[in-house]
Order: sequence, then structure tokens, then C-alpha cells
Amino acid sequence: MINKNLVIIGGGPAGLAAAKSAYDAGERDIVILERQSELGGILNQCIHNGFGLHTFKEELTGPEYAQRYIVEVQKRNIEYKLDTTVLSISNDKIVTAVNEADGLIKYAAKAIIVACGCRERPRGGINVAGSRCAGIFSAGTAQKLINIDGYMPGKEVVILGSGDIGLIMARRMTFEGAKVKAVVELMPYSSGLNRNIVQCLKDFDIPLLFSHTVVDIKGEGRVSSVVIAQVDERLNPIMSTAQEIKCDTLLLSIGLVPEKELAEKAGVKVSPITGGAIVDESMMTSVEGIFECGNVLHVHDLVDFVSKESEDAGASAAKYIKDGAKSEAKVSIVGADGVRYVVPHYLSKTASLDKLQLKMRVANVFKNKRLVAVLDGEEILSKKKQIVTPGEMESIILTAEQIKKIQSGEKLTLCLKD
Amino acid sequence: MKELICICCPMGCHLQVDDSDKKNIIVTGNTCPRGAKYAKDEVTCPKRVVTSVAAVDGGEINMVSVKTSDSIPKDKMFDALKLLDNISVPAPVEIGQVIVKDVLGLGVDFVATKSVSKQR
Repeated sequence: MINKNLVIIGGGPAGLAAAKSAYDAGERDIVILERQSELGGILNQCIHNGFGLHTFKEELTGPEYAQRYIVEVQKRNIEYKLDTTVLSISNDKIVTAVNEADGLIKYAAKAIIVACGCRERPRGGINVAGSRCAGIFSAGTAQKLINIDGYMPGKEVVILGSGDIGLIMARRMTFEGAKVKAVVELMPYSSGLNRNIVQCLKDFDIPLLFSHTVVDIKGEGRVSSVVIAQVDERLNPIMSTAQEIKCDTLLLSIGLVPEKELAEKAGVKVSPITGGAIVDESMMTSVEGIFECGNVLHVHDLVDFVSKESEDAGASAAKYIKDGAKSEAKVSIVGADGVRYVVPHYLSKTASLDKLQLKMRVANVFKNKRLVAVLDGEEILSKKKQIVTPGEMESIILTAEQIKKIQSGEKLTLCLKD
Repeated sequence: MKELICICCPMGCHLQVDDSDKKNIIVTGNTCPRGAKYAKDEVTCPKRVVTSVAAVDGGEINMVSVKTSDSIPKDKMFDALKLLDNISVPAPVEIGQVIVKDVLGLGVDFVATKSVSKQR
């Protein structure tokens, strides 16, 4: 058993930023455990640009953004172990991991930061009917095959899902000589950024079909076509609209699922909406000393926001190791009337903060609304919104004064009003 | 008359651009000044930073990611990408290393966006 003040699970953008800021807050006894053979996480395969506009005020590619944080971690001589898979964490903060060099490793940690991101939702997650042939990939798998391994997964492609990964892969496959026949989106809107719809689809005249889904996959051995159909308001396919598209490849970009199992087995309470932990303003979960940040907590649109959130988590963990836990009394923060969830879920009544960012996602596209914060029935804050969409995270930054007021209450509700 | 979707914010305004008079391009459908600027740039000289990969010889991974060191005209994207098809960069590759110099005579290079070390 190795004693370690802070064990960080995951060496992607969240883990790296958390390590850096925990170090800068005075913590020196840190280890990062990373499953892959290099630091940087998913950024290593996201070779497109557009990362870092908020953090560095310039447009970087994914690997370049990762490199900035890897350099910071290496400059501080923070220990990290690669090719190391965490098997379990317990509620008394024992971390069990395994790798080829050390075999089984056990850490007795004072604090743990869970920063292990998401995995992609697979075909089984939405039960697409049809042949179980080759040629069906998650978009991220195709991305890794092309960008890291140098293999082309197919020539004629249909993409299901218009989130950012699906859009980015439409362009990427086109650049590598494939024909992307259509991007098919179940919802009447895209959860991807407008910029990606324009620069990844419109630039190449790739059709984007809203309110459509894949109802059948045909092929023996390899995909030979997919059948798509329009859906009604209740998202049920209208079979009379079915049409067959010849293709050899279907990419699925149908959502991300937080890798919540490690934390959940340690007894961490999980939100049924985000799939990630329920946390307070310090990013601490329901188990004292276990923190969560980045995409495992809730899916972010921009890595810049992951870094920021994780820096907060790192600093909080360092403070917790030094000072111990705070009092139990908390104000609960919830979403209602169009606001699907808010992170953090709680605000400690005794925390002393200069500011606090509340992050939230809406349930639908709304125009000309007010984003309102209601404390025990009283409206304390309102922000005009020309448009809100599920694809873009909304946030409100609370001032020290507003935080104090909220700490005197019991329940803060974020909602949309006319 | 051209139709564009503005990418400046989530509104995604549908812009109509009248560029029949190149000296006086008229943009409508925008709800803020940023939309007008975006539309004018987009119809006069649309440019993009192009990102892709190049093969690595003897590296820990097969491919190194690259980007154009500056944006290039949109209609030159595919010609630029062709330059990456038949090259093989010897490992190790350093981030920032020039992979293809002066792409299509545009004064822009393809540079590596990650380091790839030699195979262990």
C-alpha cells in the first residue's frame, strides 16, 4: 500500500488541469493514473482546430492544447503512471490499479479526483435494428483509426447523430477521400456547434437530415446500405418515408456516457440526468474526499470549460487535504421549467467564495427567454437570452454578495421564463 | 444573392448576402454587426485552417497530426491535402516541425501538431 495525498484518475484535459492547480495550491504528493500510453486523453485524436479560444486566446488543435497542459505537469515534476488502469476505488479512498511494470498497485489516498471522462454510446444503446455486419463504428473509433492508426474505415458513409463528433468526422472522412452521403439527426435540431455545421457539412454540401433516424442496416459481412426514415413528434419512425442509402460504413455519433462506474462503486451518488456525480461547489461528491470534474461529471461543449472546472476541483482537493471537510449544511441547486440540470448540485452554507459559476443545460431550443434564479420562491437574478439550445452549455456567474444571500436560503431553482 | 448561416454565436442567423456590387456588399438577416462582417469575409475570400495527418516512419504511432500554419483559401483545401498523401516523415517528429514547406506556393506550411517519438 502506497500512501498518497492526491490520486487523480485520468490524464486527459481534466486530470492534467486538476493536477496543475492542486500543485499550485500547495499540494506536492500527487499521482496521475492514465490508462493510455500517453497523456492528453481524447484530445490526442481530435486533430481539428478550435480548442483553447477561451484559455489561450488562440485556436489550437487538440494535441496542441493537450501539450500545453502536459508541459505544465512535467514542469512541476508531478508523478504520472501511463498504461495504468484503475480497477476500483473504495469509500475509504483506497485506489486499486494495475499495469505491466508494477503489477497490482494500491494507493491509500487522502483525496481522489475522478477525471476519467466519457465513453461513446454504442449501437446497443439505441437498439438500431438490422444486420450485425462489419462497417458500423462509433464516430470516435473511426476518428482514432484515421488520425492515430492511419486506417480508413470506409468509402461511402452515413453518419447517425449530428453532435460535434459526428460533424467533425463528416469532414474528416471527406478530407481522406470518402463520400459522406448524409448526416442523419433524430432531433429537429443539432446538438453540435453552428460553426461545425457550416465548416464540416455546408462546405462540402453534405446533407443534414433533421428528424430522421436509421431504421435498418443491411449487409452480409459488410454494410451494403442503411434505411432511414423521418420521425414524428414523438420520435417514432414514419415508415412510409423510408428510403435506402447505399453505403459501406455507418458511423454512430449518438452521445457520450460518463465513465461513472468507478465512483459509483465507491458509493458516490450519481445524478440520473447527467450520469455523473452529484457535487457541491468544491466539486466534492457525496463521499468525503472524492472529487469529480470534466466530462465524467457532465458533458462539456468546450475543453476550455473542462480545464476551468478541473482547476477548481484540483484547488479544492488540495484545500481539503490541508483543512479537512466543511460543515454539512447545504443549499440545494436544481433546474426546472426548461433547465434540465445545474452543476454544482449543492452550495455549502459556510463556504467563503468570491464567485461561483453555475453551469446548466436546457431541454430544448428556446428563443427570447429569461434565465432566472429563484431562491425559496423569490427571484434574485435574471439574465436575458435571445436563444438557448441544448447544444450549448449556459452559465451564470454569481458574485460574493449573491452567494451570501443564497447561503441564507434552502433551495435555488434555475428556470426559463418569458 | 448568397445564403449563409452565421457562425458567430448559437443564434445561427440565416444571412442573405448581395455581392453583385463587390464594393458594396449588402448583408441582411443578421441580428448583430458581427454577422455582417462574417458574411462579407465569407463571400470575398473564405479561408480555412486545414488539419489532417501524415504517415510517420518508425514512430510509436503510425500518424502525426498536422495543420496549415495559417488559413488558406477554401478552394485550395483538397489540393493542399493531396501533398500529404505520399509522404512518410521519419520519427522522431517534434511539435511545430515543418512537414510540407510552402504549401502550393501560398507561403503557408503544414506543421506537426504533436510530437511522435521513435518506436521503443
